[in-house]
Amino acid sequence: MKYLSEYRNFEATKRYLQLIGDTVTKTWKIMEVCGGQTHGLVKNGILDLLPDQVQMIHGPGCPVCVTPLNLIDKAVELLENDVIVCSFGDMIRVPGSKKSLLEAKAHGGDLRVLYSPLEAVRIAKENPHKEVVFFAVGFETTAPANALSVIQAQKEGVTNYSILVSHVLVPPAMEAILDDEFCNINAFLGAGHVCAIMGYKDYMPLAEKYKIPIIITGFEPLDLVQGIYMAVCQLERGIYRVENQYARVVTADGNEAALKVIHDVFEIGNREWRGIGEIPNSGYVLTEAYKAYDAELKFGIHRLKVSEHKKCIAGEILKGIKKPHQCSEFGKHCNPSNPLGAPMVSSEGACAAYYHFSNNLIFSK
Amino acid sequence: MDIKNLGFDTINLGHGSGGLMTRDLLDKIIFETFNNPILDQKHDGAIVKFDGQIAISTDSFVVSPIFFKGGNIGDLAVNGTVNDVAMCGAIPKYISLAFIIEEGLKLSEFISIVNTIKAAADQSGVQIITGDTKVVEKGKGDKIFINTTGFGEVHPKSNISTSRIKAGDKIVLSGSIATHGMAIMSERQGLEFESDIVSDTTNLNDIVNGLLDTFGDHIHFLRDPTRGGLSSVLTEIVEDTGIGISIFEDQIPIEKQVAAACEILGLDPLYVANEGIFIAIVDKDIVDSVINFMHNDVKGAKAVCIGEMTDAHSTKVILNSRIGGKRIVSPLIGEQLPRIC
Repeated sequence: MKYLSEYRNFEATKRYLQLIGDTVTKTWKIMEVCGGQTHGLVKNGILDLLPDQVQMIHGPGCPVCVTPLNLIDKAVELLENDVIVCSFGDMIRVPGSKKSLLEAKAHGGDLRVLYSPLEAVRIAKENPHKEVVFFAVGFETTAPANALSVIQAQKEGVTNYSILVSHVLVPPAMEAILDDEFCNINAFLGAGHVCAIMGYKDYMPLAEKYKIPIIITGFEPLDLVQGIYMAVCQLERGIYRVENQYARVVTADGNEAALKVIHDVFEIGNREWRGIGEIPNSGYVLTEAYKAYDAELKFGIHRLKVSEHKKCIAGEILKGIKKPHQCSEFGKHCNPSNPLGAPMVSSEGACAAYYHFSNNLIFSK
Repeated sequence: MDIKNLGFDTINLGHGSGGLMTRDLLDKIIFETFNNPILDQKHDGAIVKFDGQIAISTDSFVVSPIFFKGGNIGDLAVNGTVNDVAMCGAIPKYISLAFIIEEGLKLSEFISIVNTIKAAADQSGVQIITGDTKVVEKGKGDKIFINTTGFGEVHPKSNISTSRIKAGDKIVLSGSIATHGMAIMSERQGLEFESDIVSDTTNLNDIVNGLLDTFGDHIHFLRDPTRGGLSSVLTEIVEDTGIGISIFEDQIPIEKQVAAACEILGLDPLYVANEGIFIAIVDKDIVDSVINFMHNDVKGAKAVCIGEMTDAHSTKVILNSRIGGKRIVSPLIGEQLPRIC
């Protein structure tokens, strides 16, 4: 199977769009949880191809977008104190309360953009007289690699390495959205990559409790339209259960090896979400055995508290209550060159996706 | 030249002092390699003769790493400037060459870059006629920076300008996108990503010259989409002309492994840097002849029409996606950042 070309097939995609059109009889609001799915929908022009009754609501699943402001300020503080900070790429332009990581770099901070946290351990070994911190953000998807870096550092006796953890979990976020009084979502497209690690068993109680269909969905055009079709079918028939569209990657139990690494290093704890606030038991913190690798404890930076830009409605965007173009600042005072909030920075952020691919076109959906 | 006879193996601040050490470096490496009657006068500047209009373009090269698969900063500095002059519809004749070297650069690396520059200049038929060499302290540069300025005679039949672009014109792309950018990316430290992607840096003045000889002013506009990628060039064109662009995703050529690398790193190939390719905006009546002509040249073997200028949506670049959707192509804001997952 040539995953790139076959899941971008014009005819197959068109067939599913047709099926959706033939099946839908009333208006449904479907939230795609993951920012990668938002990106795929907008980049491929799928939103305009869907029937008017199918309204996609963009969810909170952009790791950059939900990383709280004060975590960025902490990373900036580390950079200003001679620490080598390593980060995934799309984190570096997100504005903190004073500056972004990229701006801190311009002021002399040693910032490294990496793809793999294991690379950060290598940098720590090469710079034994410096402290090296990896900015461990992300959902369950990046947790195994971040956990592995800590295990590796411990195994090799690397003591000048630590991680600034901002790991968040998808199911509690979905629950927080469903509990919101303004929530009007009828179905979810579950995040395919997250479920590749975690499996989808955790979503079954959610579907049952809130009586809402959850379709674990991939990221290519065909994945997305098939996922939407499966959601519409359930909604039209009045049923609600977890279905797995992304079966070529996701199993019910997830990736056993990855889960073991995660559970060795992390335990569930409270986490603050950018724009949403603290959600109980919604993220990972380092377990007692690995506390020595917690950058917040190591550098005593856990005291910083700051608030969001007043005009940024990131919270409502992330909860799907508002669309990016419904924000008074969208495209005016907030754009990718001068973002007020994180959703305008990452290519997975709903605001940036709208800005890049739909520009000033006003979306009807 | 034999490095052993030069008596040093790294470049230090003394080589930029203007004194005897500088003289030594110039005589033994620069003048020896690039000798031509104009340069050999060893004047502060060069005196040359031109007929008619002159096209001038300058560019600075700061690529890291300085050596990559398919080339190094040296041929990039020659090809980049030669191509910019060619895109003005001109025939490049001369280039100036200025080095800013960080002390500690290995002489063997410097010589290798100089030799590549010579080979690239010979291939594109330009002479290096003046230059400069400065050395900065360690930490104040990144091994070596190169600035080149190119001078060319405007082709007698050419009339290249954004003002000549009109609705209905066709957009021809000469080859695959994103190859150079991904070749560089795959060699960057920290990306832990290995590939066999080879940069396609090359001179384009010969194929452009042939196009102008054959089609003259039916070629309305030329541009090589280097930094910022294809999307940046297209968005600049719609801004400058006020005319819209419509392109088709499935027509844009990209090498399989380049596409795969972009997928892995989460980069959009439309925004990735190119070398070795260009776009020509041409009269719609000659588009097939232009493509046929380009197919006869190895540098245009994959030439294809990717879209057209249109009045349907002014000042916007609309991409028709593979699956029949449409999206706006917007300009690159800062550096394209790899996604987290």
